[in-house]
Amino acid sequence: MGMTLAEKILSEHAGKKVQAGEIVIVQTDLAYAQDGTGPLAVRKIQEMGFEKVFNPRKTIFFLDHAAPSPKFELSNDHTFLRGFSERTGCRISDVGYGISHQVVAEEEVKPGDVVIGADSHTCTGGALSAFATGVGSTDAAVAMALGKIWFRVPETIRVVMNGKLPAGVYGKDIILHLIGKIGAAGATYKALEFAGDAIEHLEMAGRMTIANMAVEAGAKVGIFSSDEITRDWLNRMERPEDFRELASDLDAIYEKTIEIDAKPLKPTIACPHQVDNTRTIDEIGEVSVNQVYLGTSCNGRLEDLRIAADILKGKKIHPKIRMIVTPGSRLVYLEALKDGTMEILIEAGALAMPPGCGACVGLHEGVLGDGEVCLATQPRNFQGRMGSPNSFIYLGSPAVAAATAIEGKIADPRKYL
Amino acid sequence: MKGRAWKFGDAISTDHIIPGRYFYLRSNLPELAKHIFEYEKPNFSEKVSRGDFIVAGHNFGQGSSREHAAIVVKMNGIQAVLAKSFARIFYRNCFNSGLPAVICDTDKFGEGDVLELFLDEGRIINYSRNETVSFIPIPPVMKQILSDGGLVEHVKKYGDIRLNL
Repeated sequence: MGMTLAEKILSEHAGKKVQAGEIVIVQTDLAYAQDGTGPLAVRKIQEMGFEKVFNPRKTIFFLDHAAPSPKFELSNDHTFLRGFSERTGCRISDVGYGISHQVVAEEEVKPGDVVIGADSHTCTGGALSAFATGVGSTDAAVAMALGKIWFRVPETIRVVMNGKLPAGVYGKDIILHLIGKIGAAGATYKALEFAGDAIEHLEMAGRMTIANMAVEAGAKVGIFSSDEITRDWLNRMERPEDFRELASDLDAIYEKTIEIDAKPLKPTIACPHQVDNTRTIDEIGEVSVNQVYLGTSCNGRLEDLRIAADILKGKKIHPKIRMIVTPGSRLVYLEALKDGTMEILIEAGALAMPPGCGACVGLHEGVLGDGEVCLATQPRNFQGRMGSPNSFIYLGSPAVAAATAIEGKIADPRKYL
Repeated sequence: MKGRAWKFGDAISTDHIIPGRYFYLRSNLPELAKHIFEYEKPNFSEKVSRGDFIVAGHNFGQGSSREHAAIVVKMNGIQAVLAKSFARIFYRNCFNSGLPAVICDTDKFGEGDVLELFLDEGRIINYSRNETVSFIPIPPVMKQILSDGGLVEHVKKYGDIRLNL
């Protein structure tokens, strides 16, 4: 009997052939936490009585949410994580280096890995054909201390997208369309496996956006086969030796298959306060916006910033808009500086923040006030997430973000292409 | 132990349970716990009694992986969370924290109803309506973690993951 990608990877890490529905204990290749979940994970490690971690080289603490810290309590959390990392030899990714999921995609994750992160968007690593999933601090602490974790092997829903993606439609629109179709709990406990010629042609940045938001449909992982685009990414990150071919078997058993025709897709928006509350740009009507937010683990890559810059080149953002740009990592930031992308954005009137999670969790760098409306490229729009419970978050692609910044209301990017 | 039902709707996210704006209090759990459900049910922390139940609709706990969401629920004395369905990470976090999460038909419970949970038997008695609601018992792995007092206690006990698979 053939295996899905999830079954293959978990079988390799369980040391036996496993199938959907089984409970298994698997070895982990990488475990990480961030500054909001890391302090609790460290306390759990200590509570369990461990003074060391299983593999310090593959245990990372990211100071990315409060980067740099806006509150003394968070500065103390940072000090705590730096101290633990120094004592145990774990890696610390300090403020300004980047968002965990972006940095591990650049430096760590490879096809076939099992990756555990104490952050729900850890599933981003599925773009690189890893079984990457978010967990709480306790599960992360156990993975850090013992190098293993227990899982129920998920059933897989196969999403097959064929056809040519229209201009102005990106990974963000694909995943918002899918979540709108199946709902925010449409894939709970399941693996989402993406296939089809439209997916095969999708560049790595778009795949990461899709994998990142798999959790917004409730999925455990959102996973892609590895191919030449995976190889190109690993080459670009100067680790070609990490490539391996990985795909599901032709006779793998899926819980179901969802087919999507790429051709009729349109720019898609998630409206407040649920990610599955989606509309196409044609249906959105007149929505005035106060803030445009470009970045995050979902759309903070060089390709994303370039899409926005291509639209904003030589233009000015609307006077009533503040546009905040947060590159996903220092590498992205440097690349965007060197190739002129950042200059275009700043000249248009945007303001740049340091690499990190920024305003997405309502912590700092663009917190929304009462009645304010934000068009964000982040993965989530729950009520009160970015600040006031009386604010409103709409989600869209970097292209929608740029068009919206120009017009001061949610706008169709296709006319600027 | 009997407790009262506090009703919530569908799609309650971890941001509803404990908003991201209290990020800075995550290393001060007693203070963080005071802000539970601040917007959904103002002053919930003062009104709730030890042994009460959270009773919710579908996809309870969606969103962020913050285990603090499960922890503040437990810290406020909640005996168990009852919902039509749970988001995956929150569900694991509950058991890891020693908090039962039960999937059942929560339309059978009203705000303030007095309930008693019989976890092993898979039933809940609703004394306010003189009705018994059955549910599919929790998976054996979760039950084992729960009976050990959470995953940390389990690992402390065995020095390893020793689940009966």
